Amino acid sequence: MSDHALVLRAVSKQFGAVRALAGASLTVRRGTLHAVLGENGAGKTTLMRIAFGMMAPDEGEVEIDGRPVTLSSSAAAIALGLGMVHQHFTLVPAMSAAENIALGGRGRLDLGAVAEQVRVLSARTGLAVDPDTRVDALGVGAQQRIEILKALHGNARTLILDEPTAVLTPTESEELFGWLRRFVAEGGTAVLVTHKLQEALSVADDVTVLRRGERVLTARAAEIDIVTLVRALTGEDRAPETRVRTPRSQTVGAVVAQLTDVSVRDARGVLRVHQANVTCHAGEIIGVAGVEGSGVHELLRVLAGRLTPTAGTVSLPDTVGFVPEDRLRDAVIEDFSLSENFALRGAAARRGRMPWPELRAHTARAMAAHDVRAPSPDVRAGTLSGGNQQKFVVGREMENRPALVIAENPVRGLDLRATEHVLRELAASAASGSAVVIFSTDVDELLPLADRMLVTFAGQVREVPVVRDAIARALVGAA
Amino acid sequence: MRARLHSRWLVMGATIAGIFAAVIVILLIGGYDTSRALAALWDGAFGSSYAVLSATLVRATPLLFVGLAVGLAFRAGVLNIGAEGQLLAGATAAVAVGLAVGALPRVLALPLALGAGAAAGAAWSGIAGWLKLRFGVLEVISTLMLNFIATYLVSWLVRGPLQEPTRVYPQTIELSPAVQMPLLLTGHRVHLGLVLAIGLAGFTWWVLTQTAIGFRVRAVGAGAAAARSAGGIDPARTTALVFLASGALAGLGGASEATGVTFALYEGISPGYGYSAIAVALLARLHPLMIIVSALLFGALEAGAAAMQRDANVPSVLAAVVEAMIVLGVLAFNHARTRGRQA
Repeated sequence: MSDHALVLRAVSKQFGAVRALAGASLTVRRGTLHAVLGENGAGKTTLMRIAFGMMAPDEGEVEIDGRPVTLSSSAAAIALGLGMVHQHFTLVPAMSAAENIALGGRGRLDLGAVAEQVRVLSARTGLAVDPDTRVDALGVGAQQRIEILKALHGNARTLILDEPTAVLTPTESEELFGWLRRFVAEGGTAVLVTHKLQEALSVADDVTVLRRGERVLTARAAEIDIVTLVRALTGEDRAPETRVRTPRSQTVGAVVAQLTDVSVRDARGVLRVHQANVTCHAGEIIGVAGVEGSGVHELLRVLAGRLTPTAGTVSLPDTVGFVPEDRLRDAVIEDFSLSENFALRGAAARRGRMPWPELRAHTARAMAAHDVRAPSPDVRAGTLSGGNQQKFVVGREMENRPALVIAENPVRGLDLRATEHVLRELAASAASGSAVVIFSTDVDELLPLADRMLVTFAGQVREVPVVRDAIARALVGAA
Repeated sequence: MRARLHSRWLVMGATIAGIFAAVIVILLIGGYDTSRALAALWDGAFGSSYAVLSATLVRATPLLFVGLAVGLAFRAGVLNIGAEGQLLAGATAAVAVGLAVGALPRVLALPLALGAGAAAGAAWSGIAGWLKLRFGVLEVISTLMLNFIATYLVSWLVRGPLQEPTRVYPQTIELSPAVQMPLLLTGHRVHLGLVLAIGLAGFTWWVLTQTAIGFRVRAVGAGAAAARSAGGIDPARTTALVFLASGALAGLGGASEATGVTFALYEGISPGYGYSAIAVALLARLHPLMIIVSALLFGALEAGAAAMQRDANVPSVLAAVVEAMIVLGVLAFNHARTRGRQA
């Protein structure tokens, strides 16, 4: 057997005019955890899709366990011992864990046997999964464990994980990494695609950095530092700007928004938020943290004026900027041009004709002001990269200086440059007198920004000091 | 916008070429005299001034109304496949009102009949809209079911309350000239309804692209969640409006057919215009101005197919087969295009 579990050699892939991969290579040693880093559009996901047989390369070779292979489909890759955990899970919500894992099998379906296999696998690997629970009743962490079990049930010896921590809480991330370390210690191999440099350096054995479709660095994680990584990632001699502002002194501005004893029940009548009291002041940044299902999304939507609470009083300013978490669902329409997407803001109240020439000029100005890189306001929003889409959304929502800004995971999935840009815009908005509320699943993002910190747990909202430990405890309901 | 229009022409051209190839294959398989059949198809559609002005354009008129109705609905994400029922509701109301106001002068009587048709179409489609918004009933199912109800309602009406006084024929008496559409050219059947329909196509295009209401309709169709979250648009309200407007267009089509062609209500007043409408709208990729072109094309196809049956014994259901192929072809093409975009 070869020492290499997975090798991709000089792989190129072209999509229309876009060259996604330009001779990229990756060598993954057996029994190691290998982190693949790169900014948005560097080609990470394309490379992984080629490795997993989801698309064929235009040029280049794939080797699995030392044997050159031509993968016609992901089924072929699975047969060769590969498994992939996608960033967006591929589970059927209405099915149980066992049913999901049985999907893709052949012949007669013996669900009892599959459930038993899942129990055994779950006990052996330490990935806690109840085979009989419906997936839609589970949190994100549990769903991810099912995805991993699904891969292992297909006898995967090499796991590819695409941005696995993007959706996890810090505790869940630590659990995942702990598990991955054990998996590789027992002879498995894992490829971890990630944006997070610190994460890559602390858990991986090897690190590969892609830039513009090429490999620019491969090294042992123990032998490099974060500065080297950043230089490789961006091609620039510059450390990442983690501190975009200094939290404010104690001077408090006027009250901009206030929630008093606000409770929210969802469509099924389940209490999501229980008697929350929140006050937002002009000029401050309020960080919000909370795990999936803690009521954090309902709270943010009430603050954004997008959800009417079941009880309590809400006082909001006339203008609220809202940067929602699911950009492609809630913020932009991919099939609309940028001008049209820009015109969405305030579209409900508009009467008569659409002043298109004016809107187009306005869009062009906003694009320039917010560094949105696109050929013109007439291009479809769907053609922009995630980072540019997000800068566009932030720019649109910051128009007319809203008194209150609500941002959910505003930099998730963005590269370093776009992240810095978006955080600076949010900070600038606070500096100019808006109240800014930022929710993030990554607490480290909030620490350098927030003046105050709110944490939701089981529908309760608590204010805690802007300190990592205090937030981590509040997230799990500990005092 | 220019590029999109180009691609629309391209799709249409490719589809037409495909249709021709398919028609020839079907004719060959069926053992028909292909050259004679194709000659009859052409002559029936474009071969003479009679073919154009009394067959093709007359057939194209109702197709344009219902094509617009379906196109508008689809643009808003409302899958209204009940244009047939809405057209029948419109024809019925136009005839019922037309019979009542036949003594009035035409400037009053005809608009009253047409208005009643539009209102009835809107009401018929409004039932489906209400079911969707109140109970979450899928409009694909409710509008289709309402088609059957409308069909049998017409059957009952022309044998019951609206039947002609001698009670021999299952139809109403003829509308008085005051509620008949003026002809555009003496001696030819093409009537004012065509002008009205083309005007409405332009108006629909203008509303969708230039007005705030039209923008909201497109936004809800292209991304309802984003329209609500980023634009504060109430998708339910917009959807309700679209149900009504779409039904009104189809109803007006029925009224135009009753007052311009049949002058009476009877069973089979529509040979399935409301179903052909789906093909008309899809071939035009839901663009109101392109729907004019595709309605003309389908009008020609149906007129030609009728002539083909007459002169070459080829069953005119061939037209329905071709329509079905167009729907499948356009859907397959759209699917391929979307996939190409995602890759």
